[in-house]
Amino acid sequence: MAKKESVIGPTAVNKIRTQERAKKYCRFKRAGIMYIDYKDPDFLLKFVNDQGKILPRRLTGTSLKFQRRLAVAIKRARHLALLPFVTDELKTKTKTKAR
Amino acid sequence: MDIKPKKFKNEYETTFILNPDLPEDGRKKAVDKIVQLIKDNDGTVHNLEHWGMRRLAYPIAKRNSGYYVFIEFNAYSEFIKRLERDFRYDEDIIRYLTVKLDKHALAFNKKRREQGFGMRKELKQ
Repeated sequence: MAKKESVIGPTAVNKIRTQERAKKYCRFKRAGIMYIDYKDPDFLLKFVNDQGKILPRRLTGTSLKFQRRLAVAIKRARHLALLPFVTDELKTKTKTKAR
Repeated sequence: MDIKPKKFKNEYETTFILNPDLPEDGRKKAVDKIVQLIKDNDGTVHNLEHWGMRRLAYPIAKRNSGYYVFIEFNAYSEFIKRLERDFRYDEDIIRYLTVKLDKHALAFNKKRREQGFGMRKELKQ
């Protein structure tokens, strides 16, 4: 995404410039993972936001092919109640530990 | 139903959740019923795991925990309809999910079984 011409004050500008976003990459392609397991909620938690919603590709940098598989895996995990459909502050207290 | 076509058997894995307040023997009976059903219909069970009592992410059938059982097996494709019908009939099984495995999933499961990572809190039956 081209960096937009900023209209905000100078201090904010160099603040933005310092946060030079690292180029996002697809973890699955890089790690050579070919199957996303729906049975392992702890791994899937990385791709879900605090409310349990699936994170978009622009934030995770996942490629389209694996984002689709990831979505299927997350939905299966939700069906098996390994992941919640919707929740609040899921990450602060991880709910997947067997109590 | 006796199905003996010269057909190709597919690889499947199924996970189901048992009612938590089911006593231990009731639980064993339910699992053995499913395993026996698979064997009776020319299926072979590769792996049977009891993930045991787990907290559910949301209440199912008014319960907040459930007893998870996981089975990897292969069977004829017609059998799955029969298997899932039994899942529906059994009131103790409150949730089930059967998945057909492709080659990546198969390779993953094999690796998982050998290295024993992921959900491996199994009580090998």
